[in-house]
Amino acid sequence: MGLMKKHETLERHSLALTLGILVTVAIGGIVEIAPLFYLENTIEKVEGMRPYTPLELAGRNVYIREGCYVCHSQMVRPLRDEVERYGHYSLAAESMYDHPFQWGSKRTGPDLARVGGKYSDTWHVDHLKDPQSMVPESVMPPYAFLADNTLHFETIDDHLKALRFEGVPYTDEMIENAQADLIAQADPDADYDAQDALVARYEEAAGREGTVRIADYDGNPEKVTELDALVAYLQMVGTLVDFSTYEADDLDNRR
Amino acid sequence: MKGNLEMSETDKEIDALSGVETTGHSWDGIKELNNPLPRWWLYIWYGTIFWAILYMIAMPALPSLPGMGGRNTPGVLGMSDRDAVAESVASLHAERSAASAQLLDASLQDIQNNLDLQQFAMAMGESAFGDNCATCHGSGGRGAKGYPMLADDVWLWDGTLDGIEQTLRHGIRHEEDPDTRFSAMPAFGRDSLLTSSQIDDLVQYVLSVSGHEANAAAVARGDELFLTNCASCHGMDAEGSRDVGAPNLTDAEWLYGSSPDDIRATITNARNSHMPAWQGRLDDATIKALAVYVHSLGGGE
Repeated sequence: MGLMKKHETLERHSLALTLGILVTVAIGGIVEIAPLFYLENTIEKVEGMRPYTPLELAGRNVYIREGCYVCHSQMVRPLRDEVERYGHYSLAAESMYDHPFQWGSKRTGPDLARVGGKYSDTWHVDHLKDPQSMVPESVMPPYAFLADNTLHFETIDDHLKALRFEGVPYTDEMIENAQADLIAQADPDADYDAQDALVARYEEAAGREGTVRIADYDGNPEKVTELDALVAYLQMVGTLVDFSTYEADDLDNRR
Repeated sequence: MKGNLEMSETDKEIDALSGVETTGHSWDGIKELNNPLPRWWLYIWYGTIFWAILYMIAMPALPSLPGMGGRNTPGVLGMSDRDAVAESVASLHAERSAASAQLLDASLQDIQNNLDLQQFAMAMGESAFGDNCATCHGSGGRGAKGYPMLADDVWLWDGTLDGIEQTLRHGIRHEEDPDTRFSAMPAFGRDSLLTSSQIDDLVQYVLSVSGHEANAAAVARGDELFLTNCASCHGMDAEGSRDVGAPNLTDAEWLYGSSPDDIRATITNARNSHMPAWQGRLDDATIKALAVYVHSLGGGE
């Protein structure tokens, strides 16, 4: 059988074999590498996405440190049951400032891509301290210690800088004021000028109002804790994009 | 050795022991059996390569080649996951539409009076409650400390069908919604409106109006304090006011506990709990169904 014997020619000539391997690997390489140069085109054009505020970013770091992603994904897939349960399917644009991303489909706990604003801050605090008090059948471990841990944010501006290196559009002003912005967002009774400056900076980046929320997230006005940061992050997740202006039918947004 | 490397296409040597032909090579007298891949395997393998090419043509595959205007190749079948889910959600809504259109048109009272519609609303409400409300209010609306029980006839704001719908749509103390139900109890202790001993007296007074044992002297002192600080919302008789969501302090229902420590914490720091607004997150039919469901849990008015 002719087809069966063709490879013998390659196997018997080392130069031909080398060239054959080169061609095969090159095809594999092109398929894997070339799309990276067109990544921009896979991100939908949306309104409202902005870099995370320093407090949200600190909360995201706690989220990653505690391994929340081991049980919770942040990706609502375009499937009927998921859209019915969680809300609009996730867009690529919604995780464009995530380094690393939090996609996944293994869910020991529910998906969190649309958790922002779904529950009250108090609920998050009660639930993180003792999950079974809120959801008796839950298998989530308690994270009560976060309420005692003072948030260390001396180096938060370096986190912003590192992310800017990755392509997140933090401005010089955002980096300079990172610590002040973090404090302002966690305390509604703090310096109002600092709060206004924080809101102005990040709403300008978002291009719409109402994306920056200032609150005493953990209900403890004494200090900024890791729980403050984590709840601030959770209450923001999935709320940035303005879906009233998102055109799902646009050919550019079809997948 | 030179002779052993000679080979012939037509005249293959057959290994006596296994009955398989050899490749014709010999290395220091060691020969290699020629066991080619099974033909069925090879054909399936070639088939998958062919399938991949077909698939690439039929389905969206290549991301934005130059000249495609920044779009991926759409594929000749024009498939799109996002279109597919939009269609299947639309068809789900169409399936429900007969009943949910009735639900949207009917007043909440009509729903109560129409058995079919009520059953539909109850089923829809129960499923939405389990996913969205039970996380705080508990399954069946049994509540928890700080999260009101919905299965009893004690209502902080409004227990009518319309009142429950209003609460669902706009939430309680949900600052982003201008129509939200709003009131703010002062943090009497934290903001230094009352001294610690005054709060102690008030705790005793609140215990006494709700039928608990209390220190009579402290109650007498607390009476005056209650009238000046608390009665504007909770009423002269401490029976509360639904206009401002001020709970009745004379009954046995306590959202944050009736122990002296709990009451002290409430007066010192205030509670002012928050319920998010669900308008926008849930559609109108679901909100109506939820109102009917919550109303039916035990204490609807």
